[in-house]
Amino acid sequence: VQWATSPFGQVVPIHIAWVLIWVFAIAGLAFLVVHAIWARYFAAEEEFSGAPSAAIVAAVPAEVPRHSLAARMFHWIMAASMLTLLVTAFLPKVGVRFPWVTYHWIAGAVLTVSILYHIIHATFFMDFWAIWPDKEDIEDAGRRLKRFLGQDAPAPRRFAKYPLENKMYHGAIIATGLAVILTGVFMMFRVRTAFFPRNPYLFGDMTWGLMYVLHGLAGVSLIALIMIHIYFALRPEKLVITKSMVFGSMPKEYYLEHHDPERWTVEATTSKGASA
Amino acid sequence: MPAFDLLQPTTAADAQNLLQQHGSDAWVLAGGLDSFDWLKDRIKKPKVVVDLSGVDELRGVRPASDGGVEIGAMTTLTEVVKNPIIKERFALLSEGAELAASPQIRNQGTLGGNVSQDARCHYYRAGWPCYRAGGNICYADTPEGRNREHAILGADRCVAVNPSDSAPALIALEAKFVIRSSQGERVVEAEDYFIGPGIDITRLNILKPGDLLTAIRIPATWAGSKFYFEKVRDRNVWDFALLNIAAAMKVSGGNIDAARIVVNGAAARPLRLKAVEDAVKGKPANAATGEMAGKLAIEGAVPLQFNAYKIPLMRNLVKRAIGGVEVATWA
Repeated sequence: VQWATSPFGQVVPIHIAWVLIWVFAIAGLAFLVVHAIWARYFAAEEEFSGAPSAAIVAAVPAEVPRHSLAARMFHWIMAASMLTLLVTAFLPKVGVRFPWVTYHWIAGAVLTVSILYHIIHATFFMDFWAIWPDKEDIEDAGRRLKRFLGQDAPAPRRFAKYPLENKMYHGAIIATGLAVILTGVFMMFRVRTAFFPRNPYLFGDMTWGLMYVLHGLAGVSLIALIMIHIYFALRPEKLVITKSMVFGSMPKEYYLEHHDPERWTVEATTSKGASA
Repeated sequence: MPAFDLLQPTTAADAQNLLQQHGSDAWVLAGGLDSFDWLKDRIKKPKVVVDLSGVDELRGVRPASDGGVEIGAMTTLTEVVKNPIIKERFALLSEGAELAASPQIRNQGTLGGNVSQDARCHYYRAGWPCYRAGGNICYADTPEGRNREHAILGADRCVAVNPSDSAPALIALEAKFVIRSSQGERVVEAEDYFIGPGIDITRLNILKPGDLLTAIRIPATWAGSKFYFEKVRDRNVWDFALLNIAAAMKVSGGNIDAARIVVNGAAARPLRLKAVEDAVKGKPANAATGEMAGKLAIEGAVPLQFNAYKIPLMRNLVKRAIGGVEVATWA
């Protein structure tokens, strides 16, 4: 954290140390390298307990709807705004000079609106709890850990709509995303935008400083998180999931192999209709 | 003053090597007019000061083969003002340089220093942790902030302005700045030497640690043109410009064939008024054109709490630059 002395003699934080950009970028890269090596040379074949009944298998459509058009549009709008925010925030700090502030707050406004939409959409029009870890997720995580450590444990069950890793990642994005959005909205009072008149004295120097630090910490965390997200989206075994975020559905075979139809029920229809 | 190592190279190559070696720990000392404010106020505390006063090759005005001139960055403003070639062919620069500060300061201050000096915002110079100082606030751009001298155009968080009197003249004359770095020598347009806060809020120009401005070249392009320079300040000597304007025009048969018009003190970088230049091309250099140009020049201007006067001031300076002093009105 960088500190400064305010005109009133108070020592206040002003922002994060920019070296953290590199720390988080390198940490993200290190994770990718370690995971890639592990996945290539050490990862065991995925094993699941149980199997769906023939009747359930027969009822599953050839293409299983996974993401509605609205959900996909939200995802890609959020992705575009998030990447714009990262590029406009951090490239100038590493030496690529351009007038970034206007692009940054516009992208921030788009992200804020898209997240508000997502909260309403997820709360009232989707299965809200599908993305939150449940008891089975925790139990299965324990089973996987025991098996990874060579201990005796039954095979985990197939996933619900989202594996635990997805749910944990979503939780991390909620924490960092809400932190940058909430602090970012207030920080817009310090620059000229189309939304409200500037008021740099909305908070005291200490509060502003902490806000800038939180914004920066969440921002650099997002560098690593986004790197990890893009890495998994491009991994061969995850491409089916990535394609479902483009086309909306995944093949029946993949669904039956990785997901539990009792934990993630799909409609017995062949149309590519919206999924919760 | 805080303690520092004083290094006194005698060649430009040595000076650049020292700057390269010490990077952001080094401070370039030219005439010292800007530097000693910072150092004696203990706002800037460099570990190393590289004094260029012993580098003779950075001094002097040399005629160029194309009819232009090359001015060493360490040439004093007085030398620039008195140089017969500059006076005869590029009087716009003589006039601008002569209006800088006071005779004593012009005897000591250099052309390179004048174009590279830092912002004069009193909050920034007082060492407050503003945007330009690496902080997260502009103390001048607040309802109570003292911002009479600050920007009406191009503000981006920081509202400080460029204080140079020679910079707009050099841009109007299409000068080129010669910069030496570890990668060798590069030449940039005068216009591109200056940067606004959107690009880098902590600097007014493109010089990075390790860079050394060695010379300024003025081509013959605008030699002998019709020039206009005017500086408006609170007192008639030893004061920074509230606004200044430098214009070079090629006029034939009363019509403007080409023009370059630059205003400083309105933004963090000298502003070349390209829209105005395009609009006046082919039009008579008279009051009507000046009126039109003045209105065009201030489009997009956003006043702060205490500097709205700069908008009519800028409009009138542009009017006078094009149509002559008598056309301006202060209504």
